[in-house]
Amino acid sequence: MAILRHYTAPVPPYVRVTDLRKTFGAVVAVDSASWSADPGAVTCVLGPNGAGKTTMIECLEGLQRPDAGTVRVLDVDPWEAGPEHRARVGVMLQDGGLPQSVSAARLLSHLTRLHAGPTDVDALIDRLEINTFAATPVRRLSGGQRQRVALAAALLARPDVAFLDEPSAGLDPHARREVWSLIQDTAARGAAVVVTTHSFEEAERLADRIVIVHRGRVVADGTPAQVAGDRSLEDAYFSLTWSPS
Amino acid sequence: MSTTPAPAPFLTRALAQARFEAGILLRNGEQLLVALVLPALALVALTYASYPDLGPDRRIDVAAPGTLALAVISTAFTGQAIQTGFDRRYGVLRYLGTTPLGRSGLLLGRAGGVLVVLALQTVVLGALGLALGWHPRWIGVPAALVTLVLGAWCFVALALAFAGWMRAEAVLALANLVWVLLLGLGGVLLPVDTLPAGVSHIVRWSPSAALGDGMRAPLLHGSWPWMSHLVLIVWGALFTLWAIRTFRWRD
Repeated sequence: MAILRHYTAPVPPYVRVTDLRKTFGAVVAVDSASWSADPGAVTCVLGPNGAGKTTMIECLEGLQRPDAGTVRVLDVDPWEAGPEHRARVGVMLQDGGLPQSVSAARLLSHLTRLHAGPTDVDALIDRLEINTFAATPVRRLSGGQRQRVALAAALLARPDVAFLDEPSAGLDPHARREVWSLIQDTAARGAAVVVTTHSFEEAERLADRIVIVHRGRVVADGTPAQVAGDRSLEDAYFSLTWSPS
Repeated sequence: MSTTPAPAPFLTRALAQARFEAGILLRNGEQLLVALVLPALALVALTYASYPDLGPDRRIDVAAPGTLALAVISTAFTGQAIQTGFDRRYGVLRYLGTTPLGRSGLLLGRAGGVLVVLALQTVVLGALGLALGWHPRWIGVPAALVTLVLGAWCFVALALAFAGWMRAEAVLALANLVWVLLLGLGGVLLPVDTLPAGVSHIVRWSPSAALGDGMRAPLLHGSWPWMSHLVLIVWGALFTLWAIRTFRWRD
């Protein structure tokens, strides 16, 4: 049985998904999904593979157009949004999306030129220890190194909203701890951070709010304590996403 | 919250992307081989060999404009098709679509990158031609520049049409194959009139022959190649429509 709980935000959400539906042919990827993400908070979206998380986030990033329902980011429809909106939104895609033949330093430096305001690129390079491989072409980087470059690219312009798809996947424990700290700092300065993840540990460490998605539907939405109830988050997750064969 | 993040002005973003794209093309060894080394070798070989027949004019005066046309196809078609195919594969197009650059900035920046590299190719290969004894008709330079730009548009559109729906590996193979075919039979290096009769009647109306003839006519005879320009415009429009209809931003 699905648990649907409502979270009361003190200020309007920066991200709002209302009755979202998205299909691909006969496949319903997202169905009547509604949730929101607040400024100054980390919202973790959990769900099995194929649950519709990435489709939902891509609608919020302006990469997919909803079939029905609405998505709003900073009170703007992302599909119609212009550069002013995109400058306020940082994106880390699941597959990175990084040009393969350029170095991390050259890529990050290029991305700063797309923004008018100050950027945190130098601080991020230091903090994520990108200096050690800054001159290496992206195609020669390890998975974890690429993750760090993609995260720096998403956060360098101090975005008001950040969509981070599995930001700590493939990282060693030290790097993961630093990435979590960076995500918490990003939320602390007022941004709405939406993290898509498979990791309960990550969700428990980071989330102010958890949204669990299963078969395209939101089956739980609330604080970690609300979603877990008197169980562990892991038990709650498996209970909510269990599919009888 | 601190200051609201804002995008750089559109022109700044597009120019930054053009510089970024040109840098990628110029740092790519394989691309440099196709864009500069092979056309330069073709120029030297055609100039000093006695075969194939290039017609009654001095060989260098025929070979140099054809080499510049080949350079257009190398950068605007082969280079762009391969880069776009793999950028699509790795999600680069999707990612850049989420940045302030957006799709229009990406397309304009990419076109700018091609023009920067093309300008560099023209200078280097033109200088090589002059060093080998090329005597272009300088009055034909404006018409030749128009041909270069029309040819670049036409072949970038064809590259995007290819790369927008095929797998990256297929694009890689096909783009190189097409480059070789056009080199030999496309009326690029060799004037259409020197090709076998059965081939020349068809090739005459191809974009590659229009590009080659559109370079040779002004630089060899000082004439304005209206028909070549018309052919390039028609093909450019068709390829653009094809690219618009079939291009997918994700793999």
